[in-house]
Amino acid sequence: MTTRYVLVLAGILTLIGLAAFIYKWQVLGLPLDASQETPTWTVETTIRFDSGPGSINVNLQIPTLTPGFVTLDEFSVSRNYAFGLNYVGADREAQWTVRRADGPQTLYYRIIVYEDPDSDQSDLTPQLPIPPVIDEPFRTAVEMVVADVREHSADEASFTSVLIRLFNSPSPNPNIQLLLAETQTRADFVRMLTTVLASERIPARVIRGIPLQDQQRQAEAVPWLEIHDGDRWRYFDPSTGDEGLPDRFLVWWRGSEPLYRVEGGSNVEVRFAVQRNYIDALAIAEHRAELRQSRLFDFSLFALPIETQSVYSVLLMIPIGALVMVFMRNVVGIDAFGTFMPVLIALAFRETQLVWGVILFSVLVALGLSIRFLLERLRLLLVPRLSAVLIVVVLLMLIISVVAHQLGMETGLSVALFPMVIIAMTIERMSVVWEERGAGDAMRAGAGSMIVATIAYLVMGMPWLEHLIITFPELLLIVLAVVLMLGRYTGYRLSELTRFKAIVSK
Amino acid sequence: MFATRKLLREAGVLGLNERNAEFIMRMNPRRLYPRVDDKVLTKKLAIEAGMPVPELYGVIGNQAEVRRFSAIVADHESFVVKPARGSGGDGIIVITGRSKRKRDSYRYASGLLVSGAEIEHHISNVVGGQYSLAGNPDTALIEYCVKFDPLFGEVSYQGVPDIRVIVYRGYPIMSMVRLPTRTSDGKANLHQGAVGAGIDLSSGRTLRGVLGNDVIDEHPDTGALISGLYIPKWDFILQSSARSSEVTGLGYVGVDMVIDKDLGPLILEMNARPGLNIQIANGCGLAHRIRRIDEIFDPEADSVARARVARQEFAAERQGTLELSD
Repeated sequence: MTTRYVLVLAGILTLIGLAAFIYKWQVLGLPLDASQETPTWTVETTIRFDSGPGSINVNLQIPTLTPGFVTLDEFSVSRNYAFGLNYVGADREAQWTVRRADGPQTLYYRIIVYEDPDSDQSDLTPQLPIPPVIDEPFRTAVEMVVADVREHSADEASFTSVLIRLFNSPSPNPNIQLLLAETQTRADFVRMLTTVLASERIPARVIRGIPLQDQQRQAEAVPWLEIHDGDRWRYFDPSTGDEGLPDRFLVWWRGSEPLYRVEGGSNVEVRFAVQRNYIDALAIAEHRAELRQSRLFDFSLFALPIETQSVYSVLLMIPIGALVMVFMRNVVGIDAFGTFMPVLIALAFRETQLVWGVILFSVLVALGLSIRFLLERLRLLLVPRLSAVLIVVVLLMLIISVVAHQLGMETGLSVALFPMVIIAMTIERMSVVWEERGAGDAMRAGAGSMIVATIAYLVMGMPWLEHLIITFPELLLIVLAVVLMLGRYTGYRLSELTRFKAIVSK
Repeated sequence: MFATRKLLREAGVLGLNERNAEFIMRMNPRRLYPRVDDKVLTKKLAIEAGMPVPELYGVIGNQAEVRRFSAIVADHESFVVKPARGSGGDGIIVITGRSKRKRDSYRYASGLLVSGAEIEHHISNVVGGQYSLAGNPDTALIEYCVKFDPLFGEVSYQGVPDIRVIVYRGYPIMSMVRLPTRTSDGKANLHQGAVGAGIDLSSGRTLRGVLGNDVIDEHPDTGALISGLYIPKWDFILQSSARSSEVTGLGYVGVDMVIDKDLGPLILEMNARPGLNIQIANGCGLAHRIRRIDEIFDPEADSVARARVARQEFAAERQGTLELSD
């Protein structure tokens, strides 16, 4: 009877999930496969500040000309604020104003771009710069550096390269030392380069851009050098002197203006978040949905703030891990510690990679176990003993990180990503099983956990599955249906075929 | 290497999933679990129903009471400490005597000495919940240590063998005796290395033995033949276990009994999730017997009648069980 209810429920869930999936796929045209698309990138700038008394005026530099990228869309989210765009020379500024606001304020500016290597987006030819007026003793220093570099270079580009290399030399000559004494940040350093270049009448400016990588919750604006050789703008790496832009470098703003100006606010904090999306194909789908007056998109994952989206892109895979867990337990019959411990370990493997994950986990548990056996002799009460194991685990993680870093194995650092409470509980459970049922059983269950975690990691890491679940979260209803049905699976577990073989072998 | 699903199905073997989904969840309502999970409560219910149980010396319910331990056992040479909510026999220690010179030094079934402080640490672990499901705080029981019945002297290595009867809807359907070995440290739990031997329900005679998942004929420590032993007071054992369904209200339960040299069969504990290795020990699946009970179930029958039915229905010969003796 119960089985029938479960079957009906599972059927309904599957139908709903499939219907939503097929509608989104066939009618709205959401992509089934991530690889066919050109990636689009969403960069979100978050400005947080505490409002002061009086009116508030916030200016933010925003991208104008973006070599290698084409802007698909941009918008700002700011309740109660008036929003406007100011064109200052070749640059653009977003401006938010409000007469009065209370408490902490948050403003968002979001831009969606896609890669297009043919996009030129060069600026106009600038006028030749007027040689800057420089005070002594810097003036002599600049003149000597310019004379020195000119001797070793042929044109604007080679002048710039040679100059940058001199600036970056591990033992710079006294003139350069003098110039660099004043520079504190990377941007100052690039600005000093532009000053020297201006003395040579080469138009040059600092540009700031964001290297785009998937799921960055806190990206940094990186300063770069741009010069004009009389014909076109060229880009130089200020730390090597090599020409060109880094891969996927979204130029955010040019010149020496600060990124933001906030009048009437304090404790300003500006953050960039980057996310790769499938909004390119989705944008078309969205457009179609609008035509059909479907509200589906307002309630999709992609409507959430990016930081939340990247959290969900991990969270949505957990049900898949749980499904693997159920299958391994109830159909295969593998022994493992804790119900969801292997799934959490598998999540940690996503950061450490598999081989390192297995090694680090085994080392951590082995060390923890040996210390746990020492603690056993002290006859501690249960909760203090568990806490002691937890503290030991945290210390071990620290030691492993430090030692790995010293040995130059950066993967060792990711040990910090393991769920330490879970590890402490695993160590405790394992040591109890060890004492009660012997090392064999403890090892078997430990190995079982490892196998399940590995399989869960491999399944959860399949890119097409990840894309499918993130684009079509309704598929999780089908996962739920499968789990419900496995909950009524009364057949034999695979392991029981060997366990009970003695009964049937005559 | 493997049996096939079809073969197991034909032999009526019950798997873990089916046991959990079809019998434990359907026949054993969750609210009745405390009656078997809490050994203090089980003992109380069993005494009320007039079932024989080992005498309770004392109960330690919190850390402050742990120091009462030596007072509780002051008058007793031997005793057993067990967690009230333990599972699978974990956390049980059996003390069979004391050091001759130091009264504060106790002797395990294995002969090793252990200090009172160590036992108190164990008790405080028990009270702290180390052995209880989900790690909740627990209670430690200190009770009568069953005296060895010489019947099983040849086939057990220290410790006391116990008899497990599976009772379905009040009818005993399968039984085995669990014999301690050196690896099980005197404990009668199969997963700790004890030997299980099936029992022919109609005669109370032991069948073949099983160690782990393998069939064996001889006790691994003593070398004595396991099969062909007659369990004394078999009728009484079957009737007592049949009453467990009235006492606990559970439809699928494992009843654990021991035979004391002086007191005869005593009920140790009951289990709402009895293990499935009993099928290997009997060389026979549970599913057919469960189906047979469903056919002949009589709500009016009392425990004596149900025990009689079990003896008639589940004779080893009729079930085609493998016999290794005779």
